[in-house]
Amino acid sequence: MSAIDATPRELARRVREGDRGAVARALNLVDDRRSAQRSEALDLLDALEPPPHGRRIGITGAPGAGKSTLLDALASALRARGRSVGILAVDPSSRRTGGALLGDRFRMGASTRDAGVFFRSLAAREELGGLSEVAGASLDVLAAAFDVVFIETVGVGQSEASIADFVETLVFVAQPAAGDLLQFMKAGILEWPDVFFVNKSDLEALAARTATELRAGLELGRGHDGDARAVVLSGSARDGIGIDALIDAIDAHHARLEQTGELARRRGAGRVVRVESALARRYGRFGLARLGEREPLARFVAAHPDASAERLIDMLGARFEAGWDAARAERS
Amino acid sequence: MSARSDVRTAASSPPSGAPPASPPASAPSRDEPWLFRTYSGHSSARASNALYRSNLAKGQTGLSVAFDLPTQTGYDSDHPLARGEVGKVGVPICHIDDMAALFDGIPLEQMNTSMTINATAAWLLALYVATAERQGGDPRKLRGTTQNDIIKEYLSRGTFVFPPEASMRLTSEIVGYTVDRVPSWNPINICSYHLQEAGATPVQEIAFSMANAISLLDHLRNSGRFSEGSLAKVFGRISFFLNAGIRFVEEMCKCRAMTALWEELGRERYGITDAKMLRLRYGVQVNSLGLTEAQPENNIVRIALEALGVTLSRRARARSLQLPAWNEALGLPRPWDQQLSLRTQQILAFETDLLEYEDLFDGSRVVERRTRELIVAAREELDRILAMGGAVAAVENAYMKQKLVESHTARLRAIESGAMTVVGVNAYPESVESPLLQPGSSSILKVDESAERAQIESLRAFRSRRNETDVRAALRGLEDAIQAGQNVMPPSIAAAKAGVTTGEWTDVLRRVFGEYRAPTGVGAASAGGASDVDARVRGRVDALSQRLGRRLKLLVGKPGLDGHSNGAEQIAVKARDAGMEVVYDGIRLTPEEIVQSARDEGVHVVGLSILSGSHGVLVRDVVERMRGAGLVDIPVVVGGIIPPEDAESLLAAGVRRVYTPKDFDLARIMDEIVDVVAEANRAA
Repeated sequence: MSAIDATPRELARRVREGDRGAVARALNLVDDRRSAQRSEALDLLDALEPPPHGRRIGITGAPGAGKSTLLDALASALRARGRSVGILAVDPSSRRTGGALLGDRFRMGASTRDAGVFFRSLAAREELGGLSEVAGASLDVLAAAFDVVFIETVGVGQSEASIADFVETLVFVAQPAAGDLLQFMKAGILEWPDVFFVNKSDLEALAARTATELRAGLELGRGHDGDARAVVLSGSARDGIGIDALIDAIDAHHARLEQTGELARRRGAGRVVRVESALARRYGRFGLARLGEREPLARFVAAHPDASAERLIDMLGARFEAGWDAARAERS
Repeated sequence: MSARSDVRTAASSPPSGAPPASPPASAPSRDEPWLFRTYSGHSSARASNALYRSNLAKGQTGLSVAFDLPTQTGYDSDHPLARGEVGKVGVPICHIDDMAALFDGIPLEQMNTSMTINATAAWLLALYVATAERQGGDPRKLRGTTQNDIIKEYLSRGTFVFPPEASMRLTSEIVGYTVDRVPSWNPINICSYHLQEAGATPVQEIAFSMANAISLLDHLRNSGRFSEGSLAKVFGRISFFLNAGIRFVEEMCKCRAMTALWEELGRERYGITDAKMLRLRYGVQVNSLGLTEAQPENNIVRIALEALGVTLSRRARARSLQLPAWNEALGLPRPWDQQLSLRTQQILAFETDLLEYEDLFDGSRVVERRTRELIVAAREELDRILAMGGAVAAVENAYMKQKLVESHTARLRAIESGAMTVVGVNAYPESVESPLLQPGSSSILKVDESAERAQIESLRAFRSRRNETDVRAALRGLEDAIQAGQNVMPPSIAAAKAGVTTGEWTDVLRRVFGEYRAPTGVGAASAGGASDVDARVRGRVDALSQRLGRRLKLLVGKPGLDGHSNGAEQIAVKARDAGMEVVYDGIRLTPEEIVQSARDEGVHVVGLSILSGSHGVLVRDVVERMRGAGLVDIPVVVGGIIPPEDAESLLAAGVRRVYTPKDFDLARIMDEIVDVVAEANRAA
């Protein structure tokens, strides 16, 4: 790939200006596993850390639910409102070959051709749940450059929980009669999303039933941010019905998070979970336990508000590896 | 041999000259031959008209019009997406004066014309009817075919414009209009041809095209537009367009199987009893998929054998036949190449005794058994599709597309492994130099690069001489009629006469119906058995990815209007299997969009696929724009029907590798993509 001919700070400045070439190069850099590039990437991410940042919104749902079509409609509607849009679409990788077909750009259609919409596809790689390790850093880059940033993943139950840590608002795209309430509950998806969008309301009766069941289910439990219950909307991404209402609901959710102070809490907690899960991925749950329990980890993250999550991951990782070496040295 | 200039009487008797005009008195009576056609058209209406006249003079008995891609997808020649495509794969027709020039001196009342036109079929038919009227002809006497089969466009050919529902509406309105007003016209030609080109097996060809016909007929029946009696007429007007491959015995059985299934369908599903209406009528263009670039003269023999497959059995004989040219895999055929294909048909019809006999295979146990097997397997596949909700549903859920991609992948694997013999390619590749391919002499037709400019100039002149008030009124009338649910044909014919252009007509429909992007089928196509070659290439991909710091990422792009996505899809699937991350954007992209994808996606290499012959303009445009965007270290490779001279000039322009149809070994292409990326990243 092209050598980074700008310093990480210079690149960060251009990313913040929304320079698309710079955004593309920054995304390449944070994906790069070579050590020299990793160190540049951390400098870049640190420089991107101070606000303002764009909104981060997750879009998830079962295959065929219409996520790409919805994203296409959302991106166009947001562009019409004068907001710049960044999209990170995650597609599964083959476990056998490591290869992947990233077809979302194609599935989305018109909006990916809009010069005001930045689109990057990402292979899920080794992560079964649908998010690769590089997703968090990629979102950090996009959120520094664009007003609204989406991450799209295939929902398989567990991944809703992990995508929720990366975003401020999580939208679940439900298919009419994709499953009754029991199916939603079994998949464990009721507790994470902030907004449910029952797509394809051309299947009207079914869509209405699905929406009713979702609302009933949400009465039973509560949303994960305590007092606020998730909103259930319906519409048709294909025909552009219900898109403005969805954007309004996302904005309203964001405003409420801001007012209640929940936004800061969510961002903070998200950073902790990102650091924790990255370390668990590198060193296993057992290794993570050696680094201390969650509380000290959270304190460490809170004590470094200016450092990027990736920086914290590497700092703690270095500490862990040093301890490991020390322990080995002691034994020998 | 002296050529006949009389277009009409050349139809069914052998040409004057050596053979007698009618058989000797003692000879047995002969059947009428099928219609002889050649799929042709290029550069401009005037140039194509000259070609048609000379073909008719040589004994061709019908016309088969090839339109260029802008015309097929509803863009005027001066639209940005048309750049580099005007007059390339066919003739550009922007308005009624173009159409009139195309048929200048050819009385349409007496011609039988097949038009390969789908999304914009209603418009081209409107221009055809308006032109016939301008010639003083009677539309009721027009004979010919609009291809008008949109489902296969979604599956393989890619010149769709509107969503399936709107497309079905347009198709059924053309049927409704012609059954009453142009009663000898074949309003739709259901194509299994393109399915075979996309890799379909005979069973898939039968089942998918029958499913397609059922979805159309059900739609027509349920539209309430047709009484029971007229539904029989509609059924009788539906024709098919088949393919025929080199396994010509099986192909003949396929034709017999389809004939039987069609009759069964008419009787059982639609209650039709008139035997004449139940007869399957079909035209054929024989296989291009199996034509080889290596030792291309072998194709002469392949084409003749394939023609035999669809004419041998009298009960399932093609009504019209068009043969490709032997050098099609090299580029556009010249008039001489097309003449050879026509002579092949004439020898088969007039020299051999083929047309003197009853059906040769009635009572043959072998043929009967193979036919039966095909019917049983096709019925099973057809039932599966019907259970899914029919052909439209099986397009939308990508089932049919996936099956085609799988079959095509299996076919390529069989050629790679040698399980399928292709003489001159994976068997007996040694050859003395062919006198037909003299180095230096161009063995293909070059479209004059100035044709596009001339066409744009003539289009602009046309626009400036027409009456704008009439045009605006006609466009408003068209839009109102469509919104009100009225038949699209009458206002389209009025628009044709008022001087509306192809782009303007299609823009109205695009506005009302929206545009459609079909599923690619590659995402879900199963990888099948990966060979050892894959494992070796995968190892190289892994090693290079390590060195690059992230996984090797490839963008597969199809610039321009060419919708033949089979090749691009095979490359995408293979690259995924080789361990690459592959971004596939689909068809009909401008060079700007491809460069934007390459940059935003952070790919290491770009692969472009172009089969329309527009590679010169489009590839150079992509390469220059990439340079302009500072993406100098991302190499570009190109695949397509690219003559050697063009390949050299593309390489000189900075393209790293050029692949043509002779490069069937996909594993080697993957290997070279790794090489190309490694070269471009030496410093890394």
